Amino acid sequence: MFLLRSALLLLAVLLAPISAVHADEAATRAAVAKFGRAMSFSDVEKVVKEVAATGDPAAVRALAALADGNLYARQPDGAVFVVKEKSDGFDLFDPLTGKAEGSAGKDAMVKVKVKNSLRRLIGDAVGNLTLAARDPAVRLAAATTMLNSPDASTIEALDAAIAKETDAAVRRRMEAARASAVLVSDRSEAEKEAAIDLLGARGDRDTLSLLLSYEATAKGPLKDRAASAVSDMRDVLAWWGVAQNAWYGISLGSVLLLAAIGLAITFGVMGVINMAHGEMVMLGAYTTFVVQEIIRASFPGLFDWSLAIAVPLAFLVAGAVGLVIERGIIRFLYGRPLETLLATWGVSLILQQAVRTIFGPNNRDVGNPSWMSGEFDIGQLAITWNRLWIVLFALAVFTVLLYVFNRTSWGLHMRAVTQNRRMASSMGIRTPWVDALTFALGSGIAGIAGVALSQIDNVSPNLGQSYIVDSFMVVVFGGVGNLWGTLVGAFSLGILNKFLEPYAGAVLGKILILVLIILFIQKRPRGLFAQKGRAVEA
Amino acid sequence: MIVRALADGFTWRVAAAVLVLVAAAIVVPVLNLSVPAGSALHVPTYAVTLFGKYLTYALLALALDLVWGYCGILSLGHGAFFALGGYAMGMYLMRQIGSRGVYGNPILPDFMVFLNWKQLPWFWYGFDHFWVAAIMVLAVPGLLAFVFGWFAFRSRVTGVYLSIITQAMTYALLLAFFRNDMGFGGNNGLTDFKDIIGFDIQSDETRAALFAASALTLALGVVLVAFFVKSKYGKLMIAVRDAESRTRFLGWRPENVKLFAFTASAVMAGIAGALYVPQVGIINPSEFAPANSIEVVIWTAVGGRATVVGPIIGALVVNWGKSWFTGAFPEFWLFALGGLFILVTLFLPKGIVGTLVEGWTARRARRASATAEKDVEPESFGKDEELRAEAAE
Repeated sequence: MFLLRSALLLLAVLLAPISAVHADEAATRAAVAKFGRAMSFSDVEKVVKEVAATGDPAAVRALAALADGNLYARQPDGAVFVVKEKSDGFDLFDPLTGKAEGSAGKDAMVKVKVKNSLRRLIGDAVGNLTLAARDPAVRLAAATTMLNSPDASTIEALDAAIAKETDAAVRRRMEAARASAVLVSDRSEAEKEAAIDLLGARGDRDTLSLLLSYEATAKGPLKDRAASAVSDMRDVLAWWGVAQNAWYGISLGSVLLLAAIGLAITFGVMGVINMAHGEMVMLGAYTTFVVQEIIRASFPGLFDWSLAIAVPLAFLVAGAVGLVIERGIIRFLYGRPLETLLATWGVSLILQQAVRTIFGPNNRDVGNPSWMSGEFDIGQLAITWNRLWIVLFALAVFTVLLYVFNRTSWGLHMRAVTQNRRMASSMGIRTPWVDALTFALGSGIAGIAGVALSQIDNVSPNLGQSYIVDSFMVVVFGGVGNLWGTLVGAFSLGILNKFLEPYAGAVLGKILILVLIILFIQKRPRGLFAQKGRAVEA
Repeated sequence: MIVRALADGFTWRVAAAVLVLVAAAIVVPVLNLSVPAGSALHVPTYAVTLFGKYLTYALLALALDLVWGYCGILSLGHGAFFALGGYAMGMYLMRQIGSRGVYGNPILPDFMVFLNWKQLPWFWYGFDHFWVAAIMVLAVPGLLAFVFGWFAFRSRVTGVYLSIITQAMTYALLLAFFRNDMGFGGNNGLTDFKDIIGFDIQSDETRAALFAASALTLALGVVLVAFFVKSKYGKLMIAVRDAESRTRFLGWRPENVKLFAFTASAVMAGIAGALYVPQVGIINPSEFAPANSIEVVIWTAVGGRATVVGPIIGALVVNWGKSWFTGAFPEFWLFALGGLFILVTLFLPKGIVGTLVEGWTARRARRASATAEKDVEPESFGKDEELRAEAAE
């Protein structure tokens, strides 16, 4: 009871300013002002009823303050204020708007009297007021609070509110709140059965726990009915669980796609395993960090744009580093893929240590812009914005690369070199140039991936290391020289991983995936989308 | 015939390496135990343990050299075999603690008591006997390598693909051994050892003995590898490395050759791990980290792959450099290691020993052509050259 009331009060206070502007403020103000002359408990009770009758949610602030003992009348004019105690007196706030109204000494203020039976009345009044609020969001929030902490005494108020309600979603929530209240009341069995059915049809987790706790205490046919409603709900929730796993899988898949796609390009075109690929991702993440630091220091207003600024910069930084690595090291090692692997491993160690020396070994704080924080629900599915954006971003990067590969002359050259290097060279394609640009492109894409991953992962010098094995698995699984292979590889590994996790646990799931890939490679040594033709073996 | 093969395998470099190792196995313990601590000749115990550790690394590098240098299989997962051998030894050492653990349980190691386990898991049975542990040191890495290689080589997974799946193997094992419910001590691994075959593992005598054992095992490994690569099978291995398809078309089975080399190499790595653990006193899952396995590759590359002595020199030089660097400039060790990877692959693809051998061979060829023309050269010059060359060897 008490918890419910405090929750409602808190909620109402938080939401009241939203709806305050709509109501007839003068009438409410007049009613609240009467607290200033209410000398006895019965006077206060009368005024509470009068204020409740205005139906204006703006009055909730005053009622909440009254229940907390923070509503005072100033002497001698009797003006009513919400107060906050300080050492030598009170700070005064307007009882309706909460605006600061200066301060007053302790002896100038008289507390409006309140007792527990009054508090109960106030709680009901607040509930009714919020249920009657103009703003549907306030009504919905009030109904939700009532649903989650059922109280038999609220049934009448809910009945009245349901009769007046015009918004379908809010009415459904109110009906559910009423049903949950009926279950804890001493109403007839028929009504309770109807309530169980109504709750059972909702099928969300909160209602499930309500019904479960009811089932534990109920007796006879009601218990059976609740039990069957619970099992129905569990079936529905199981499907939502599948959907949730699929979503997590897609989300993981998009991360893998971002991390692996640059690797797939360089490996596909040049046959080069770039062990420093993970460090390109890390460079992208640190570029984001630097951009955000500069924005925080100099242009705080641009913070929401920080990622948009970081993406091209990360591409340039990582791409430039990639170009230097290709021109400085890799081009001397063509035809020796295993040695390339070692040399790029050396590069990755140097880059890691360089970042550690410059930025320190600890995690760096990269913030989420406002449009990437928070979450929303689809049915029983909670989707966070940053995950959704990363999925969309990964697909966008994939589409752009697909376009570059299939619709530009550079892409044509890259594909030609992938399929048959010597023939392409004979046709006048400058293969060293294609190699250099391809490596820069692959590294740049890794940098972009770093921007996205900085939003969901720790930005530390070890960031790249945690993705490198996974990226290899995706590339090896998907097959080289084909972007679609990487896409299918990334998403199937992501989804498979998330579906294994609930049964095997996170670590064992990952081990299973690795074992599956090792076995898969035996069957298809060149991946899911293997290149065909004689040039492959050469 | 065997004598002949041994003689073929014993170049002067191999002979020198074996002699040095055997001498070290005798001299270092003597200098450590018999020479008083104040003397200039005294070898402190920490140095004995440190170099004993390096010798096990050298054995690991030699094992990798067998598959990479001679058979062309770049394994990025050899640290896994090393660690498995180490865990087998660690399990034996754990059982030797007996009731001297923190919880005083005579059967269960401390971490199992901590996890509230009631009885020993089945795979710990027998590890209280040294001979069981010794067999496991050989069998577990060997079996894993055999099964892994059986699948991989038969389906002709080669080149970087093979390297990547060996890395996946060690990564999967890393994750597995981090799990507490695997029964191998989880994150903390196995440590706090007391005895090995009845001797106190902390005592100077035991440490000196472990050093000698490491040196002698390495010497034995050198002899075996040198003998093996000069044998007919070794030639076949090199043929598979240089032209796998051609070897197959000539009627050999490259997958069997590779499988044998891979399994033998894994067993060697396992032995190295088993010698490593009692000297460092701990084995934990980080030994499975892919980065460790790649570091082994660089030891081999620095020393010179496809040489018998090279990996040993590489492992000693790089690890000694690591100890020195992490003491003197801890910030720069990764720069140095990374630079080493790049410089060695770019400028020293044959490694230290390989480059030196190449230099000598070229010089000998010059000398041969010089002696062929000795009609025109003054006679004494040719003799001088020959003497100098011999002196250099």
